Amino acid sequence: MIKWSRLVLFLVVVGLLGGLFTTTGQVASNITLGLDLKGGFEILYQVEPLNEGQKVDTTLLAATAQMVEKRVNIGGVTEPEVNVELPDRIRVKIASHDADQEKLRELIGKPAVLTFRDVQGKTLMRGSDLAPGGAAVGYDELKRPLVTVKFKEPKLLEDVTRANLGKPMGIFLDDTMQTNPTIQSVISGGSAQITGNYTQESAQELADLLNSGAMPAKLIEKQVTSVGATLGAMSLEKTLYAGYIGGAFIFLFMLVVYRLPGLVANITLAAFIYLSLLFLDWMDATLTLPGIAGFILGIGMAVDANIITYERIQEEIRSGKTILSAFRAGERRSLVTILDAQVTALIAAVVLYFFGTSSIQGFAIISMLTTIVSIFTNVFASRFLLGLLIRTNLFKKPSWFGVKESEIGEL
Amino acid sequence: MSYRALEYADKYNIVKNRKKFFVISWIILALGLLSMFTFGLNLGVDFKAGTRLDMYIGKDFSTTDIDAIVREKLPETHFTNVTAYGEKQAYTRFEETIPPEKLTEIEQALIAKYGDQVTKQESTVDPIIAQELVRNAGLAILFAALGIAIYVAFRFQFLIGVACAIALLHDVFIPIALFSVFRLEVDLTFIAAILTIVGYSLNDTIVIFDRIRENERVMKTKTIEDLEHLVNVSLWQTMRRSVFTVVTVLATAVAIVFLGSEGIRNFSLVLIFGLLSGSYSSIFIAAQIWVSLKKREMNKKRFSTAPNES
Repeated sequence: MIKWSRLVLFLVVVGLLGGLFTTTGQVASNITLGLDLKGGFEILYQVEPLNEGQKVDTTLLAATAQMVEKRVNIGGVTEPEVNVELPDRIRVKIASHDADQEKLRELIGKPAVLTFRDVQGKTLMRGSDLAPGGAAVGYDELKRPLVTVKFKEPKLLEDVTRANLGKPMGIFLDDTMQTNPTIQSVISGGSAQITGNYTQESAQELADLLNSGAMPAKLIEKQVTSVGATLGAMSLEKTLYAGYIGGAFIFLFMLVVYRLPGLVANITLAAFIYLSLLFLDWMDATLTLPGIAGFILGIGMAVDANIITYERIQEEIRSGKTILSAFRAGERRSLVTILDAQVTALIAAVVLYFFGTSSIQGFAIISMLTTIVSIFTNVFASRFLLGLLIRTNLFKKPSWFGVKESEIGEL
Repeated sequence: MSYRALEYADKYNIVKNRKKFFVISWIILALGLLSMFTFGLNLGVDFKAGTRLDMYIGKDFSTTDIDAIVREKLPETHFTNVTAYGEKQAYTRFEETIPPEKLTEIEQALIAKYGDQVTKQESTVDPIIAQELVRNAGLAILFAALGIAIYVAFRFQFLIGVACAIALLHDVFIPIALFSVFRLEVDLTFIAAILTIVGYSLNDTIVIFDRIRENERVMKTKTIEDLEHLVNVSLWQTMRRSVFTVVTVLATAVAIVFLGSEGIRNFSLVLIFGLLSGSYSSIFIAAQIWVSLKKREMNKKRFSTAPNES
């Protein structure tokens, strides 16, 4: 007796999935690409104290990291990834097509000791005396741009301005003088103004410089990876193309070898790809080149769960069982095997995550994700769908399952 | 139980011939060690410190011209000959870290010569960081092997855990040895690929041991011959699956090697070496090691119980 209701349910589920898959392009385009695919750079800095006697501790590291982030933002790049790596390092990752890498690198890496010096070159105040974010663009009565500066300790500013009244005070970044305003009055409130022939841009630049100049420590480049945007885009395109070809082979292979179950495997494989991309998007994970390769490989591994199950079902059919009982026995017996195999893959991925550095960690996350997703799609969903199809009683011939009648042994 | 598998199992007994496979693996191991001790590994900047400069030229070019440009900008620096690869790209490696301004100068010179499409890719690593990376990579492999061995020993039995750990190290070693023999560059993605192999190579092995465990319930294994028969039949029963899986995964890895970006060509090569070695070792090594270990255990037991019986 043919049970059409099962077939209808199967078609509804597949139809719903098909509807979801149309959003694949949209989901995929939301995924954050790593700098090796998009262009950008990653630098590992060693943090060293500015003055002797100063110690590099977590507070200093955090303050430095914050400053680095600010400097990158000044460079016009949003969402830089700045991480503190204990005991004394900061890792900066910037994936962006259009960031001016040279300029940014110079801006971040600059030891940039900001000093305020008198005519003799004696240091009066330092960048660290500025209030965080204390410099801004303001306007005088005639709407001419000027730069307003706030200091942490009004008293210090008052002393300095009193001692140097009427004299110029140079603002130096390292040993380069940036500007040389003259002190016109004793400033007691802690807020000063720097006036001059500023345009909107040059005022903003100076303000940014003053803000970014307050870097609390020295940064030394220890490891740099930088990728041009063209190279990144090319890598992405080629690797995706390779993925399509490899994927197409798998789909065809499953269909030819396993027939009806192969079709179900392909549907769940599509679901696997879709869900993996969706989770990557939700987790805000960054997809790197090895990550894509790992993902493509994950497709191969996901299909393994189906191969194990279907081989088992074929064996059971050959031993003379009916399709339904072969399906039941096959799925039961293969489950433990699949789970054991997946757990070892997970263990490897977890170890990889804990011992790996940034790009390898991304790779580990993707392989953990694909392993877990594949259990749901290529084990449970695949069983559910195949079960529905078998229970319609439409597919009773062993040939639907890739088994020839002549291979079926006598019980 | 599939009759075809049994037919093959009768025709060719893998387990009985296990010594041959051990010899093959020993030879590969010896050759690999020989190569590693004489030539070492071709370590990339990730592990050796220095700067690697990749240049996308996007036009036909001659490596000697680029060589000349690099030499002009960095006259005192030692670098490997500029090598062309992929679609109009080239790279060179410096044994010391090069400041970014110098690399930009080279890029500017290339743009002047070949046009605006020229871009560069840079990778610089400080010696201290390089040492740390090597240490972490080694630790990662050891811990992964240990973790998996413990899991397997717990889920199956102790001797299977041992066999798996040996097979695992076998699979990790083969790609490393091949990279040494073929002088391919070892970098960070190499480690990622090796660890993928760690996760994957045991997939096959576990499927086989699962089958052995299942068959053990219905087949008696009193003598070593029984044991050999059990393992041989289990191997042949899972053979189709072992072959099919490696074919599907290999297909994707091969596609990436030939069609994918140059940046992960080595990554995919490691995968291919590791996948092949992994399926070889699960069929011809892991289960066989277990049989040998089991045989020793059986012999020992016989000796220890003998005095009581007499």
